[in-house]
Amino acid sequence: MTLWLMAGLLFTPLAWAVLTLLTDFARGRLVTWGGILVQVLVSLGLWLTVARDGGFYYGLGGWDAPLGIELRVDGLAVTFVLLTAVVASACGWHAGIYIDPDKPWHRYFWPLFWFLWSGLNAVWLGDDLFNLYVGLELISLSAVGLVALGGKASALRASLRYLLAALLGSLAYLLGVALMYGQFGTLSIAGIASWLTEHPVPAGSGLALALMIAGLALKTALFPLHQWLPPAHGIAKSPVSALLSALVVKASFYIAARLWLELGEPLGNLVSAQLVGLLGSAAVVWGSWLACRQLQLKQVVAYSSVAQIGYLFLLFPLTYSVSESVSLQAQQGITLQVISHALAKAAMFLAAGNLILSVGSSRVDALAGVSRFLPFSLFSFGLAGVSLMSLPPSGGFAAKWLLLQASLESGQWWWVLVLLVGGLLSAAYVFRIFRASFLESPESDQFYHPARSLEVIPMILALLALGLGLVSEQVLSVMALPFEVEGSP
Amino acid sequence: MTAPLLYALVGAMLCGIGLFGLLRLSHLLRKLLAFNIMGSGVFLVMVGLPQHQGGQDPVPQALVLTGIVVAIAATALAIVLIRRYYHLSGMTSLEGETTSREGGPE
Amino acid sequence: MTLNAWLPVFALMTSLVAALVIFALPEKGYRLRTAVNLGAALVKLGLVVVMVWGVFRGVDYGVSFTMVPGVAFALKADALSMMFATLSAVLWLLTTVYAVGYLEDSPNRSRFFGFFSLCVASTMGIALAGNLFTFFLFYEMLTLSTYPLVVHRGTEKALKAGRTYLIYTLTGGAVLLLAIAWLHGVEGDLPFREGGHFIDADADIHLSLILIFILLVAGLGVKAAVFPLHGWLPQAMVAPAPVSALLHAVAVVKAGAFGIVRVVYNIYGIEASSLLGVLEPLAWLAAFTMLYGSVRALSQVALKRLLAFSTVSQVSYIILGVCLFGPVGAAGGLVHLLHQGIMKITLFFCAGNYAETLGIHRIDDMDGAGRRMPGTSLAFTIGAFGMIGVPPLAGFITKWTLGSGALAANMDWVIAVLVLSSLLNAAYFLPIVHRLWFREPNGSWPRERRWGRLETNAWLFWPPLLTAVMTVVVGVLASLPFSPLSWAELIVLREYSP
Repeated sequence: MTLWLMAGLLFTPLAWAVLTLLTDFARGRLVTWGGILVQVLVSLGLWLTVARDGGFYYGLGGWDAPLGIELRVDGLAVTFVLLTAVVASACGWHAGIYIDPDKPWHRYFWPLFWFLWSGLNAVWLGDDLFNLYVGLELISLSAVGLVALGGKASALRASLRYLLAALLGSLAYLLGVALMYGQFGTLSIAGIASWLTEHPVPAGSGLALALMIAGLALKTALFPLHQWLPPAHGIAKSPVSALLSALVVKASFYIAARLWLELGEPLGNLVSAQLVGLLGSAAVVWGSWLACRQLQLKQVVAYSSVAQIGYLFLLFPLTYSVSESVSLQAQQGITLQVISHALAKAAMFLAAGNLILSVGSSRVDALAGVSRFLPFSLFSFGLAGVSLMSLPPSGGFAAKWLLLQASLESGQWWWVLVLLVGGLLSAAYVFRIFRASFLESPESDQFYHPARSLEVIPMILALLALGLGLVSEQVLSVMALPFEVEGSP
Repeated sequence: MTAPLLYALVGAMLCGIGLFGLLRLSHLLRKLLAFNIMGSGVFLVMVGLPQHQGGQDPVPQALVLTGIVVAIAATALAIVLIRRYYHLSGMTSLEGETTSREGGPE
Repeated sequence: MTLNAWLPVFALMTSLVAALVIFALPEKGYRLRTAVNLGAALVKLGLVVVMVWGVFRGVDYGVSFTMVPGVAFALKADALSMMFATLSAVLWLLTTVYAVGYLEDSPNRSRFFGFFSLCVASTMGIALAGNLFTFFLFYEMLTLSTYPLVVHRGTEKALKAGRTYLIYTLTGGAVLLLAIAWLHGVEGDLPFREGGHFIDADADIHLSLILIFILLVAGLGVKAAVFPLHGWLPQAMVAPAPVSALLHAVAVVKAGAFGIVRVVYNIYGIEASSLLGVLEPLAWLAAFTMLYGSVRALSQVALKRLLAFSTVSQVSYIILGVCLFGPVGAAGGLVHLLHQGIMKITLFFCAGNYAETLGIHRIDDMDGAGRRMPGTSLAFTIGAFGMIGVPPLAGFITKWTLGSGALAANMDWVIAVLVLSSLLNAAYFLPIVHRLWFREPNGSWPRERRWGRLETNAWLFWPPLLTAVMTVVVGVLASLPFSPLSWAELIVLREYSP
């Protein structure tokens, strides 16, 4: 049973990728929609297995580490697998209707989509540092390809920038991996952690961790390394932007978070933890500020991603040399933030795509009057915005509440200010869009009405993000102990 | 100076050269070459450093092989994109760009 | 869970479901929308009546589950929550009737009524919240659902007012969240409890408790329009009349005032608050706001802005009453929660009628309107007299009880403030009443619309008359059981001897 589930998660996406590579857009869509069904069922199956029996290690094909590929299947990983299944199927469904099938290069959307999906699953489940690197590269390369699908020179420029940033980040990470292996002789994070509990910390091994986290921060677009993100996310097709903002940046953050939680205590230090938190805060403020100033709708949403990613990095200071309970609160808060941002941002990009399709322009001020013609999409946008503003009852609010508690309890009250100011700034850019669309302008009657299903998809995602807050206790209890190893290798 | 350390230092130097090129050169192909140099440096560190436990360690060799494959794939993708970009815009660098702010609807 | 546990949930769901249904209805489905609106309002009123009776007999209504690790989502009906719930259920019904008539041919009605219902659902949630966390949840939902109502007209001016509104309320919300999170960090999850939690708090947390109290009042004071946080209220007057009525009489300002009541009585406890010494400064602030609002009202030329400043002043009566230590003063403050709602909604309905029927927005244009619209003007006069505190109307009951409470609490200066405030009320309301009845109309009205037999549309005509009658009835029959005053006394009884 487990064998089939694991194979279904990691290898069938590759099979779908190859299949869709061979056909045209319409047939690729058919294969994909079938494939989505299979993937959702498999992800759900694995999630149920873990929810029932708890997490476990799994050696792929019976080969164990270090030569075989070992997977770590715990509550957190399967939750992210399921999240990926939800967001990616929504984006795949949306893309099948949204993307113009007549442009010949658009047929490559499907294989790239599937490569991305399998890369994501590999990262969530991966356990050793090098396999994580391979998964990360698979994600980056297919994401770059997806951005380039726009076809125009501007899209290619954005994708090239993205590619160069991603490659630099990967190499920094890989160099860190090489140093780690040279030092500790193992690639398993848990292995390194247990080595460190028995031996004194070797000098200079903090450098390897710093290199890895810096590389991953570049790929996650942490301020001030974020410049590649807004052009890439802003110019891509809406379903692609949704995938990138919701899932791709989370993959590199996930690895950074796991590294920090296992190795941060012995290898990190207080200054670096606070520094990362400070950069995250700067991202929150600067990203929101720039989001308020963008003229293009999708750029607003893209800069909002920069800001929301900033919150994630508060994990570093809030889990360094604090009590168990504070650390747990911070981890739970960040996990909720990852999930709710993924759902809300995907919803927002898809809704923004609908709005742009409807008014025929991507400028914010072209939205005047759209509240009357496309209230449904605008409403989805707003509901997603509620989660980004972290107002109740959304998942974003639950996340913020936990982070507030963690900051207050650990006495790091300065993050409280960041959380509160960040919420207000995000309200500023979300309501800016509403302000533009509530304006009644008589000359605007040139509206195109997108297909109903295009409008339904973002609504579903937005409602999930909104409802997450109400069931966050349940969601977190399934993860049991986030980022914690259950069982032993 | 031991042999592993020498390898590692040379690898680190290559990385430094590559990084410098990646950041300072503007021509896209040069950037790509710089990336490859940096990659070679990383691989050198990877194979060179862990040799201290009495002889060859097979794991890094396998890793580097995989790494080279990934690097080739990345290079190929980059070349395709650069070529297409050159066809569309006639430019070989990302500089002098006007940000996507005034790009039209997709 | 029993049916009793579910009743608050049902009361909340009626308007939530109504909102969703209305959003889904097509713009042209006029009859169906009206039916859904009124049906939901009636069902909710019924549920609230059942719960009022239950709470009176001491039935425990409540439901709670853990939402985020460490905090519960809790709904609970006690005497205080039923007071606010009754207010919103009754006035929602009337405002819905009024709004149906008011927005007869305007665009975006689906959106309007959808958010209108959401707004009432939030108010209901605020009333029934069982802890500060749940309260905050609905408090923020109220902010979000009123924004589209404020900017409903979609003009530059409306959008600007909407922005001001958001800046004030969201910042207030952030401050409130900080206070709630801090309180949670100090003491854990605190359900609203009669008598409060902090009567024997350790001396070493006194300072944090005082700071948290200040933050809580600052956060809630934005919506309650306490000076100097009242700036959004007069601006929000660009909204359609039913919205202003709702914002001022029921939903927004009352949510803030109600929150302050909850904090003082059910979180800190009246004795602990008094011990911490936070009530006296708050009383001064409330007294100042009372006078400030009235003084500003004197110089207004637009009718609705005058009413807005009058609201700023009147809501602080509630806060002042809460700060008077002793059962009588407390009853005076609480009863004003209802009285002010009924009187102010009357005035806003009338203002809307003048605007809609005769095109009157400014006070100078009101000369002689009493002859053209006697029914509306009668209602307006009753509302205005009530505000001034003419016996035996609702406002008189409030002021009398507050005055007795102040004497009992040895805060004699409050009497002076009350007298002064009443004089000011008279100074800005009496000239309007005089204009209505005793002046000749100066030429034609700015923009007159003819309706059939009645002086205005029937949907607009009856609600203000009804609330005017209520203003008289709650004053005259104040000593009967289930009158606002007796209910307020019941609450106070339970608060002071938990």
